[in-house]
Amino acid sequence: MALKMVKGSIDRMFDKNLQDLVRGIRNHKEDEAKYISQCIDEIKQELKQDNIAVKANAVCKLTYLQMLGYDISWAAFNIIEVMSASKFTFKRIGYLAASQSFHEGTDVIMLTTNQIRKDLSSPSQYDTGVALTGLSCFVTPDLARDLANDIMTLMSHTKPYIRKKAVLIMYKVFLKYPESLRPAFPRLKEKLEDPDPGVQSAAVNVICELARRNPKNYLSLAPLFFKLMTSSTNNWVLIKIIKLFGALTPLEPRLGKKLIEPLTNLIHSTSAMSLLYECVNTVIAVLISLSSGMPNHSASIQLCVQKLRILIEDSDQNLKYLGLLAMSKILKTHPKSVQSHKDLILQCLDDKDESIRLRALDLLYGMVSKKNLMEIVKKLMTHVDKAEGTTYRDELLTKIIDICSQSNYQYITNFEWYISILVELTRLEGTRHGHLIAAQMLDVAIRVKAIRKFAVSQMSALLDSAHLLASSTQRNGICEVLYAAAWICGEFSEHLQEPHHTLEAMLRPKVTTLPGHIQAVYVQNVVKLYASILQQKEQAGEAEGAQAVTQLMVDRLPQFVQSADLEVQERASCILQLVKHIQKLQAKDVPVAEEVSALFAGELNPVAPKAQKKVPVPEGLDLDAWINEPLSDSESEDERPRAVFHEEEQRRPKHRPSEADEEELARRREARKQEQANNPFYIKSSPSPQKRYQDTPGVEHIPVVQIDLSVPLKVPGLPMSDQYVKLEEERRHRQKLEKDKRRKKRKEKEKKGKRRHSSLPTESDEDIAPAQQVDIITEEMPENALPSDEDDKDPNDPYRALDIDLDKPLADSEKLPIQKHRNAETSKSPEKDVPVVEKKSKKPKKKEKKHKEKERDKEKKKKEKEKKAEDLDFWLSTTPPPAPAPAPAPVPSTDEYEDAKTEVQGEEDDAEGQDQDKKSPKHKKKKHKKEKEERIKGKKKSKKQPPGSEEAAGEPVQNGAPEEEQLPPESSYSLLAENSYVKMACDIRGSLQEDSQVTVAIVLENRSSSILKGMELSVLDSLNARMARPQGSSVHDGVPVPFQLPPGVSNEAQYVFTIQSIVTAQKLKGTLSFIAKNDEGATHEKLDFRLHFSCSSYLITTPCYSDAFAKLLESGDLSMSSVKVDGIRMSFQNLLAKICFHHHFSVVERVDSCASMYSRSIQGHHVCLLVKKGENSVSVDGKCSDSTLLSSLLEEMKATLAKC
Amino acid sequence: MIKAILIFNNHGKSRLSMFYQPYSEDTQQQIIRETFHLVSKRDENVCNFLEGGLLIGGSDNELIYRHYATIYFVFCVDSSESEFGILDLIQVFVETLDKCFENVCELDLIFHVDKAGLVGAPARAVSAVKNMNLPEIPRNINIGDISIKVPNLPSFK
Repeated sequence: MALKMVKGSIDRMFDKNLQDLVRGIRNHKEDEAKYISQCIDEIKQELKQDNIAVKANAVCKLTYLQMLGYDISWAAFNIIEVMSASKFTFKRIGYLAASQSFHEGTDVIMLTTNQIRKDLSSPSQYDTGVALTGLSCFVTPDLARDLANDIMTLMSHTKPYIRKKAVLIMYKVFLKYPESLRPAFPRLKEKLEDPDPGVQSAAVNVICELARRNPKNYLSLAPLFFKLMTSSTNNWVLIKIIKLFGALTPLEPRLGKKLIEPLTNLIHSTSAMSLLYECVNTVIAVLISLSSGMPNHSASIQLCVQKLRILIEDSDQNLKYLGLLAMSKILKTHPKSVQSHKDLILQCLDDKDESIRLRALDLLYGMVSKKNLMEIVKKLMTHVDKAEGTTYRDELLTKIIDICSQSNYQYITNFEWYISILVELTRLEGTRHGHLIAAQMLDVAIRVKAIRKFAVSQMSALLDSAHLLASSTQRNGICEVLYAAAWICGEFSEHLQEPHHTLEAMLRPKVTTLPGHIQAVYVQNVVKLYASILQQKEQAGEAEGAQAVTQLMVDRLPQFVQSADLEVQERASCILQLVKHIQKLQAKDVPVAEEVSALFAGELNPVAPKAQKKVPVPEGLDLDAWINEPLSDSESEDERPRAVFHEEEQRRPKHRPSEADEEELARRREARKQEQANNPFYIKSSPSPQKRYQDTPGVEHIPVVQIDLSVPLKVPGLPMSDQYVKLEEERRHRQKLEKDKRRKKRKEKEKKGKRRHSSLPTESDEDIAPAQQVDIITEEMPENALPSDEDDKDPNDPYRALDIDLDKPLADSEKLPIQKHRNAETSKSPEKDVPVVEKKSKKPKKKEKKHKEKERDKEKKKKEKEKKAEDLDFWLSTTPPPAPAPAPAPVPSTDEYEDAKTEVQGEEDDAEGQDQDKKSPKHKKKKHKKEKEERIKGKKKSKKQPPGSEEAAGEPVQNGAPEEEQLPPESSYSLLAENSYVKMACDIRGSLQEDSQVTVAIVLENRSSSILKGMELSVLDSLNARMARPQGSSVHDGVPVPFQLPPGVSNEAQYVFTIQSIVTAQKLKGTLSFIAKNDEGATHEKLDFRLHFSCSSYLITTPCYSDAFAKLLESGDLSMSSVKVDGIRMSFQNLLAKICFHHHFSVVERVDSCASMYSRSIQGHHVCLLVKKGENSVSVDGKCSDSTLLSSLLEEMKATLAKC
Repeated sequence: MIKAILIFNNHGKSRLSMFYQPYSEDTQQQIIRETFHLVSKRDENVCNFLEGGLLIGGSDNELIYRHYATIYFVFCVDSSESEFGILDLIQVFVETLDKCFENVCELDLIFHVDKAGLVGAPARAVSAVKNMNLPEIPRNINIGDISIKVPNLPSFK
């Protein structure tokens, strides 16, 4: 025995420690993976030993391996063991490992709750500290709920070290468990004035982080922060506060006015660049929020721009970068003051640092005007040619397009120039943004009518040289341009110079190598072209020519019919038949052109991308209402079908005469026309007046100078955009000359009148007339569409849950859950509240009499809000020194009234003291005092509100609007897992034929741009559930998915699982591994998921007659159980539908608000339910041949119902 | 908020990495690789900020890095952090390492990764939200004054 002990300790001496492991890895450079797997085996052995020191060492090594990218989740339980070691050095290792490897999906994490609680309350501050630090990394909603109260106590720990950490971790707790925010907030606010600077700055950090997401709830803290800002000398804290103010000012412009002065002082005084930078940033935010009307408004802007210029001119690249970044913020509101630094910014465009060049590009976006657009774009084009990396070049490309297309092509004076720029861009090799260029071409060609002729000529040239685009750069996106080119040439074929030539270009065999969707457009537009050629030929009387074109079509179209792309094939074969038919007609000398071109009559108008969403729901249309009365009543069930037949038979004879009725037809046609006229999406031949661009009158105002251009408009071949720049310059010069002439004349006149205007010869944007009469058609929107930008908000934002009003006093119910024995404490509070309510209810009456009726009404409604608003208003309306902070929301306490009293008194003193300090004139002082008194009264009043009243009003915590009543969703597929490559959804179905087997249908959707192949699904079997694998494969092998997924495609695979016992729900872990292959190469990816076999998924919807059902219940060998769920607002009908859908039940009988339901499990258990709906609650009684199954089922049902 | 702290050498070999958001091990390695590619191709005399890679959260995030001899120190932060502040934090971190290991070099980081991790503790305490006031750091540094240079880290080779 003793020998064994000795042997054990000697073994331990030879155990590797972390350093040995590291050294070992370095010594095994060739076979690192092998060495590490060997080490992991050793570690597994070590973890099996009882000695905690050995275990800790093993976990320590695992932590290192985790950092190198090895999965250590299998050791989760051992990590917990080490966490619970009593020795600090071990405990620390345990927590470190946990913080690295635990996450919300870790099973064993709930085992840690008590251990963490123990550590939090440990007498050693280091134990507590390490627990807090670790917890911050792996806190889950459950842990947050269970530990929130413990952590809150730690916020008032004696040691600042602990207080600081506790304050910081509260942020994570809020995120995971938003309900804790309101109860904990008063204490968090206290910590802002903690004596320890570390704790203080921690609290500032937490509140800043919270306020960044939902600033409006933290406006009332502004006075407090203002005080901190003017008193603190800690730059870190200052930076945070100043950043916070930057978030608050947009909500309250008056705050900005107050801030300007101290901020400018800081800008002048500080030597720290970081602080200076943040100040400038916030001043910019303030200026943005302020409408003009500030006297020193322009002065502060000037100051900021000056300081930023200094930053940009600095040789330090970091300063340069941030200077540009801040400059772009000013640009949005004060473009003029930035434009004066154009030289500097253009200079930055030549910087060797890519980040800086990108920022400079951002700035350029806002700096263009009609005057300098061409010049700037020309410069950018030279950069495009020079650019070495494709990413930067792509960035340049998008920027050029952004700059030109911004605010509805506001700055473009010559669209021919723009089209030629776009055409030049198509010559870029290897760009990903072909579709962007294509979209621009389409947009311009459709919306600018005047340019169509030119655009078409350019596009036909492009089509002609399509082989250049398609062959060399097949794999990248530039061939997208051909999509646009083909469409434009087809749609506006009347402008084509040589349609026949273009037609031949589009029918070349090479075209079939293009991607499918482009070919489809080709096919469609070939016909448009064909139609217009036919018309031309027939009008000219060239019957032979027309037949020749038809023959060309018949010859060439078959190449598309053979296409592998379904869309192309379908269109092509359709059209081929059509053309063959035409050929027959032509042979008989029948004129066909009219009819063929009628196929494409009418004009397409642009529709705004959001138009569909914005169609308002017409009045009186209830989308949720039943179209037909739902079939429900079980009594009349047997009569129903007959009734349906009867009605149908009656209806049929009615229909026939109506069809024959000519009058009726005409009337209907009329009605349909009427409807079409009102339908925003029906494409009409002429645009309605609303569609006109709003600024059109403005454009028309501009005198259009008809110039005889010296160079012909149609530039042969591909034009160089530079030509246009020259032309434009000449044109402007001429305009200027003319203008000067006019001006001179005017001046002469003025001279005569002896009145002289100081008309400086500045050339503003408006002076430049566009070269073409431009009629930019706006995109169509439905009439009376609602203007809103709210649809941009992401409903899944985790911070949304933290949008909680913090100024409301706490209700009694809002306490953090505390683990304790049940006692009678809860019953106490209402009792004590009652007298308070009575006391309070008297006083307001006196005051109310003084007020006018209206005000009283208002006040009643918004007591709380006004109180808060008054506080803030008061603070904002005065000049410094700042008033004291609004009282913190009262903590629910029994002697609340007393509290309120002393607090108010204290504030009164405070206020008086401050009033004396003021140097303002006396009457002003009095006014303030009055205001303050009123405020205090207001506060008293608000205090009088019993804390319980909040509860009665409804849910105290508003986490969003109550859910609308909804029907169960159509799809029973639930999300399984997703990442950037693939999304998995699954549905589990039982099958009656094979008992104990379920089919799991998994839908895989490829959401990346790469092709996914070699997919394999591996699932870890449990004792109870096993995946059916092909014969000969072992348990550890993955099962291949029988298909590949091209980008954007989804497909379904089915797997069969054998289940032993179905009475409890269970989860299986699995991994989907696949190879993602794209242009850059292939990567091996993995996605973990978790299959949840709920008990409901073992049920199969089985109809049951009521008599059989009654017999079943009478038989007596079923065990029984029941649940009740409160707070249900959904209609009973929907509720039943939900149960049927999610839990696979069928309704046996329904009487009023009571229904019996039945289902059967795959192993033949009968499950009977009686569902009753009371007011706001639903009770479910169940009977089943297996009690465990029943209770699991009822639990699941409860969860479903709770969501209703 | 600091999203991650990554330390790797000139060849992209990870020396110390800490993530304050849960990612799977594979993703973590991918992030390190991606970050390395972003950072390593930059010249010495360019600015220390760049937009974050796709994996770690896209455009709201920034990578702020410093390069000392053979080692890159990269902090991934979101927009609530002060850029200069983080630069200084890196500086402070490196100085602390230097103090702990007496002329720190890459090998120190390799062999004392556990200790380095603990030196990172102030930065890690920062983890939850980050507390920029680092009382443990001996020297009072004029934050924001970016002209301070690390006195001597020649041994960092």
